[in-house]
Amino acid sequence: NMASDGDGDEDFVTYGTALEPLEEDEPLKKPVPLHEQTVKDEKGRYLRFHGAFTGGFSAGYFNTVGTKEGWSPSTFVSSRQQKAEKHHARPEDFMDEEDFSEHGIAPQQITTSQEFSSGRRDEVQEKARAVSAQAALIPGDSLLEGLIAPARSSIGVELLKRMGWKEGQGVGPRVKRRARRQQPDGGGRVYGCALPHAGSEDSEDDGDEEFAPENLTFAPKDVTPVDFNPKQGVQGLGYRGLDPGMALLGRGAPDHIDLFNPGGVAGQVDVYHRDSMSRYDRVLEGEEPGDGLYGWTAPQQYTQTRGKSRDSSYIGKILEGFTLAQKPAEEKTIFPPPTLPSNYRPVHWFRPAVDVSHLSEVSPALAEALRTSRGHMIKEEPQQGGRHQLDSDQRRTLLGEDVLRGPSSVMELLRPEDRERLLNLRNASSSPSIKTSAPACHAASPASGSTASSGLQQEALAVWRGIQTSSQTFRPFEKNPSKQVRYELYLDRLKQGDKDALEQSLDPGLTEWERSRERDEFVRASILYRPSSSSLSSRFTRAKHQDDEDCVEVNRDQEGDVDDKQSAVKVKMFGKLTRETFEWHPDKLLCKRFNVPNPYPGSGVVGLPKVKRDKFSVFNFLTTTESRGRSQLTELTQCSSSSAPPKPAEPGKRSRWDVSDQKEGQQENDPLSELLSAARHQAEAKLGKSSAPTLSAERLDAQQGSCSGESHHHTSDVSTRMRGSIQKNDGDGEEEEEEEEESRPPMDLFKAIFSSDDNSFSSSEVESNDEEAMKEEELPNLFNITSSVSSSTLTPSQPTGKNRQMSILRGAISTCSPNEEEALRKRSKEKKHKNKKQHKHNKEKKVKKEKRMNDFCSSVLR
Amino acid sequence: MAFPQPRPQAPQLPQYLLKTIDCKQGAVRAVRFNSDGNYVLSCGSDKSLKLWSVSRGTLLKTYSGHGYEVLDADSSYDNSSICSCSSDKTVILWDVATGQVTRKLRGHAGKVNCVQFNEEATVMLSGSIDGTVRCWDTRSRKFEPIQVVDDARDSVSSLKVAQHELLTGSVDGRVRRYDLRMGQLHVDFISSPITCVCFSQDGQCTLSSSLDSTVRLLDKSTGEMLGEYTGHKMKGYKLDCCLSSKDTHVLCCSEDGHVYCWDLVEGSLSLKLPVGKAVVQSLSFHPTETRLLTAMEGRVQIWGAEPEETDEEAMAT
Repeated sequence: NMASDGDGDEDFVTYGTALEPLEEDEPLKKPVPLHEQTVKDEKGRYLRFHGAFTGGFSAGYFNTVGTKEGWSPSTFVSSRQQKAEKHHARPEDFMDEEDFSEHGIAPQQITTSQEFSSGRRDEVQEKARAVSAQAALIPGDSLLEGLIAPARSSIGVELLKRMGWKEGQGVGPRVKRRARRQQPDGGGRVYGCALPHAGSEDSEDDGDEEFAPENLTFAPKDVTPVDFNPKQGVQGLGYRGLDPGMALLGRGAPDHIDLFNPGGVAGQVDVYHRDSMSRYDRVLEGEEPGDGLYGWTAPQQYTQTRGKSRDSSYIGKILEGFTLAQKPAEEKTIFPPPTLPSNYRPVHWFRPAVDVSHLSEVSPALAEALRTSRGHMIKEEPQQGGRHQLDSDQRRTLLGEDVLRGPSSVMELLRPEDRERLLNLRNASSSPSIKTSAPACHAASPASGSTASSGLQQEALAVWRGIQTSSQTFRPFEKNPSKQVRYELYLDRLKQGDKDALEQSLDPGLTEWERSRERDEFVRASILYRPSSSSLSSRFTRAKHQDDEDCVEVNRDQEGDVDDKQSAVKVKMFGKLTRETFEWHPDKLLCKRFNVPNPYPGSGVVGLPKVKRDKFSVFNFLTTTESRGRSQLTELTQCSSSSAPPKPAEPGKRSRWDVSDQKEGQQENDPLSELLSAARHQAEAKLGKSSAPTLSAERLDAQQGSCSGESHHHTSDVSTRMRGSIQKNDGDGEEEEEEEEESRPPMDLFKAIFSSDDNSFSSSEVESNDEEAMKEEELPNLFNITSSVSSSTLTPSQPTGKNRQMSILRGAISTCSPNEEEALRKRSKEKKHKNKKQHKHNKEKKVKKEKRMNDFCSSVLR
Repeated sequence: MAFPQPRPQAPQLPQYLLKTIDCKQGAVRAVRFNSDGNYVLSCGSDKSLKLWSVSRGTLLKTYSGHGYEVLDADSSYDNSSICSCSSDKTVILWDVATGQVTRKLRGHAGKVNCVQFNEEATVMLSGSIDGTVRCWDTRSRKFEPIQVVDDARDSVSSLKVAQHELLTGSVDGRVRRYDLRMGQLHVDFISSPITCVCFSQDGQCTLSSSLDSTVRLLDKSTGEMLGEYTGHKMKGYKLDCCLSSKDTHVLCCSEDGHVYCWDLVEGSLSLKLPVGKAVVQSLSFHPTETRLLTAMEGRVQIWGAEPEETDEEAMAT
């Protein structure tokens, strides 16, 4: 820093960093000891100065040749099997990294050696070398060295020297000073690089002029090499900003300055053009012709003359070796696209196939042209022009491939009656040119018969006559083979030009009505599927694999009958009856995370194994017998009853209806289930007579329970709401419910045994609920989809047939199961109250049910 | 002369109220001990999850980030992370120390009822009202579950993980046990909607409470019923049940404001713990000691075998 402040310090100049001003009260800093003063190199390693600032180099750790970690000797292991390689230590092994760098003692990169270094030749050293050469064993040793040594001067320099050229002189013929002075130059022309035309040369010449003798020539002046400055900035080459100093020179400054003589290095014209402020107009003034007809709005002649003048001005700047063209380059003629006729429609019409072989009257040349242009299948000898001239059909025949089966038209996919209708439409609309289109409309009627459709027949005949493509036609009646055969017969006849092809090909065994109908169909089909389109359609082929969209994936192992389980739960026989085991595939990663081996290594299945089932099977829609008789309470209430938002329907809920055979077989085997089924048969036999009311009751039940069942989401929503509404009148409702729950099994048992009572009960209930059922039928269909029979929590005991079966079952089983006896005892105790309660119970139930229905309706509508 | 044989100590029951914590987070949906029983997690209906110290009853941290009420939580074995699930259909993995959300996992179609770590906290399993159990990988950064277990036909109300087994209870009335080692699914039909399932500590039995106001103890391997516990009231709420730390007793919440405690073997009611007037929403038993957590409305109560007085006196002196 240069510090110069105040008048007193004016005389002093300070170099270097000023020391921090010493404060009196601050304790003196301890000087950092030498070994703690550290300098780091660019890689962050410590560097230590050794003597001079850059001279010495560090020698390891505190000048020991070690490191901070100490010296680690290299290990040497050699055995008989593995001989250690001999390790030659090179000097580089002991060098530092810096030594290999550009300025180190052993640079690794290619650098200029002393011989070639641009520095001044070290004469002293050379001399010393010469002396040492003399003292060497072979006296002329340096001679040898000189032979290998690179030539210091090029041959050109040598030659020049022979010619008397000396270093420092210019190259070229000797010149008279005067002659050069007399070189032509304009008034203000200046040569040289620098603008401030220091006429040193001139002045020198001026000086020489006086005493130079006439016949004396001089060597030309040496040209000082051009000093190249590295280019800086992003401007273009040779750019130099406007120099304000030039502006002061005014008009006197040359228009443009040539760096070199125009005769010297040629071509360097505009590149080094240096601009100056003086060349710009800074004043607005009318310098154009006074008529104001200038600029780009000027009339044509002005601009044209302007252009010419520009050309002439350009002549001076033309590069050497180039001349201005005498005549202007020929202008490219651009042809405008043809104007389309106003009625042009951009639709490509495929020309109808022309079978050349049958056009006997046309000239062979035309036939040839048609053949090549159309490329339509002609079963003649293959063309001579090579395989590129063959069309696909010819190639096919060469390869011996089969003919692609005929067109798969959209029409084929339609149902016959739809096709019929479409045909009618098409005939009505698209063939107005055919005179007989009007009768064609009512040709469908059997009464009109063949005469009415004779026009169409004519057309068909015209279309099909003489056409040979027998195998490629569309088979519209594929579903009905005999009809198809007749149709083909008809087509064959058509091709032969048979006039009454239709009548002959029809089956006389058919009824008149059938025949007339078939006649009509044949004619239509033959016109619609005319062979011209077959060439196109043969390029398409049918899908090999049909999309099996008709299948859905369902679980392979289906759950067993829920009723059996239900009844098993009722009698508390958990275990075999309620337990089911499936194969289940955990994810590979899950096993890994759980630290267990994958039980099914190599299986790609995750979850339960699935099989494909028919999508539209009834069983997929009939869900769950399981929900019968028990609540499907989805949403378990939290403390504050919160209503869950309705969930989106889950697609592809699986059917659990179809029970796998294996499962059933399994259950047949065990004795308990046999007992169960036996009991059920028994029960069914007993209930046979009361089947009608039972059925209706069941139906009712189904409707009642329709809120639960298949669609769980709805269930959850509705049932919570229902519970919410019920909970409001908990006071009276709940007790009853509990009572019901407890009293149900004995009642069922009772009823099951004395089925006469059951009859009256269920029928009365049915009656009472009939109108409700009617009401319910008006509910949204959504809830009626399900056929599953279930009752919600709110309808805990609907005495359905199934329930009855189960209760009978229980009766049957209870004799053998000891833990049932207690329950039976309890029941028999309660049975006493039964009859008394029955009537009241019934009434309550009715009332309750109505209330429930109302609640339900309101909750649904809400 | 021999010393009398030390009489086997009668199993103690958590009958003394030690502490009441007012959680101040709305209704407490679930309360859980951490893995060693020193801390308590309470899931609030005000979208927050709180961590409490059991010994002092003080709030240690509040974890907020759920969009709706928190329904269940579980802590990892090393107490380094917590997972929680909520009505906002998400499962969140929390960093315990910082309280930051480590991962927020969406994928369930409905509210998520229950969540559980596996033993090594490498997987989180969450059961939802959409009937699926989703297994989330805590090790990867993926946001998709490893596996979706969608066998339940109705809401999955409860799930537990023990070693290589996953136990789920569903509203379709079935207890499903997935054995990862054997690659088997065992379905036990209970008929009534299941509210809570548990493994016994010895891993031989499963406990399931259902909405027919019954708690059933089933043999794990055969599915046979070993015990049935009734007397409480569970008809509409999803309430918890559990086994005591030494498998001596079965405990279950009740809608009548009590916690019922039965002797496991005899099935007799050994304690009817009056918690309050409202429904006992949740409970959790200490993993080793005789200590019980109950949640009712906005409060969490800690119950112990001995009255707290001694402790408090010790604190006072």
